[in-house]
Amino acid sequence: MRPELVFPPTHEIDIRLSVNGRAYAVRTEARTHLADVLREHCGLTATHIGCEQGVCGACTVEVDGAPQRACLQSAARFEGKTVRTLEAFDDDALTAELRAAFTAEHALQCGYCTPGMLMTARDIVQRLPDADEARIREELAGNLCRCTGYRGIVRAIAHVLAAHRNQEPVHAA
Amino acid sequence: MKPVAYTLERHPDLLAACAQLASETYTKPIAGGQSLGAMLNLRLAQPEALVDLDAVAALHRCDEDAHGVTLGAMTPHAAIEDRVVPDVTQGFLPKVARGIAYRAVRNRGTVGGSLCHADPAADWITTMAAAGAVYTVHSAAGTRHIDAGSFMVSAFETQLAPDELLTAVYVPRLSADARWAYAKFCRKTGEFALAIVAVVIDPARDVARWVVGALDGAPRVFDDPRLATTFADPLARAAWLADPALDLDTTRRALLDDLIAQAVREIHP
Repeated sequence: MRPELVFPPTHEIDIRLSVNGRAYAVRTEARTHLADVLREHCGLTATHIGCEQGVCGACTVEVDGAPQRACLQSAARFEGKTVRTLEAFDDDALTAELRAAFTAEHALQCGYCTPGMLMTARDIVQRLPDADEARIREELAGNLCRCTGYRGIVRAIAHVLAAHRNQEPVHAA
Repeated sequence: MKPVAYTLERHPDLLAACAQLASETYTKPIAGGQSLGAMLNLRLAQPEALVDLDAVAALHRCDEDAHGVTLGAMTPHAAIEDRVVPDVTQGFLPKVARGIAYRAVRNRGTVGGSLCHADPAADWITTMAAAGAVYTVHSAAGTRHIDAGSFMVSAFETQLAPDELLTAVYVPRLSADARWAYAKFCRKTGEFALAIVAVVIDPARDVARWVVGALDGAPRVFDDPRLATTFADPLARAAWLADPALDLDTTRRALLDDLIAQAVREIHP
């Protein structure tokens, strides 16, 4: 005899999102959070999903210009807002500097936390140009690296901050 | 790690939102969703419907007058941290805001949402009691005001009826010679605190409020001008913390002893 699985009926809604300058029309359940919609419906897999309780920071995206968690709210709540994922920053000058510094400082091992780290790093460099190492660590508390590679990540961000303070362009390795 | 199925309603009108909260369906309002979102994902909360408060313009307003500032319930923590909204507390609220969770959470989490969630270890519930804030609460039946010190009843429980919404937080302006202190202990930056002490000493307004938070239930408020002297003496402080009426376990007593000593130093530098 075959076990029979009974699933409750689902009710899907239509959502219109603006992600990375593109308009997406998505049909999904109201409970589906933004990170799932980005990955499963929009094909934007740079946004990673770690803890789904707002602690690990892997799903950090930019909403109306400021970083936010993508795992904590229904995607429907982002209608009318401007969402940018890491994919949007491919050609961004500051992100290019951060990528180079992350490479030079060995700031990633498995890479799972890296998209969130880069989103947060970009926010730190833009918002806190005078941040010292202690402040960088405080601001990074919302991004967990399970490889525990924080030293390299902090160094990479400090490196970019110092370069900006000295007005020197960072050359890619 | 996915929520139960729920419906999501968005009302631009406050009373329409209240009306839906009063319906037979198990309905919860959602503000920034930075706590409720996690509880939904963990299925600790299983509502049938959510009322999205984003579209209610009145909840995003902020008004300052000579006596203080009225913050709309949907004011995000980051707006307080960055002083995008006026600070009438000489840096007290901005300091507290900066220590809430993480920047990505502060950009979305709201002061009203945090208060209504009423996590004993959260920052605003203790801070607002010390600041002497007054909350405005709306429902179809009308408007009422609740003192911050009595708003929270027990862990995750407030005075709000199911069909009521906290709409605004009024924070009185500190006098020029007022002093404040805020000290909390977290095992990791941004984590919920294991102990919190918030103090506002404002002799011109006859305020000497010490609030102990991150307890099992609501924060405890002590308004007594003699406490500063008691707390400055280590033995008197220890005796005060050992009072059985406070019912503190050894760890909490030790943490609070340190935090109160720190607060005393901040108030009398």
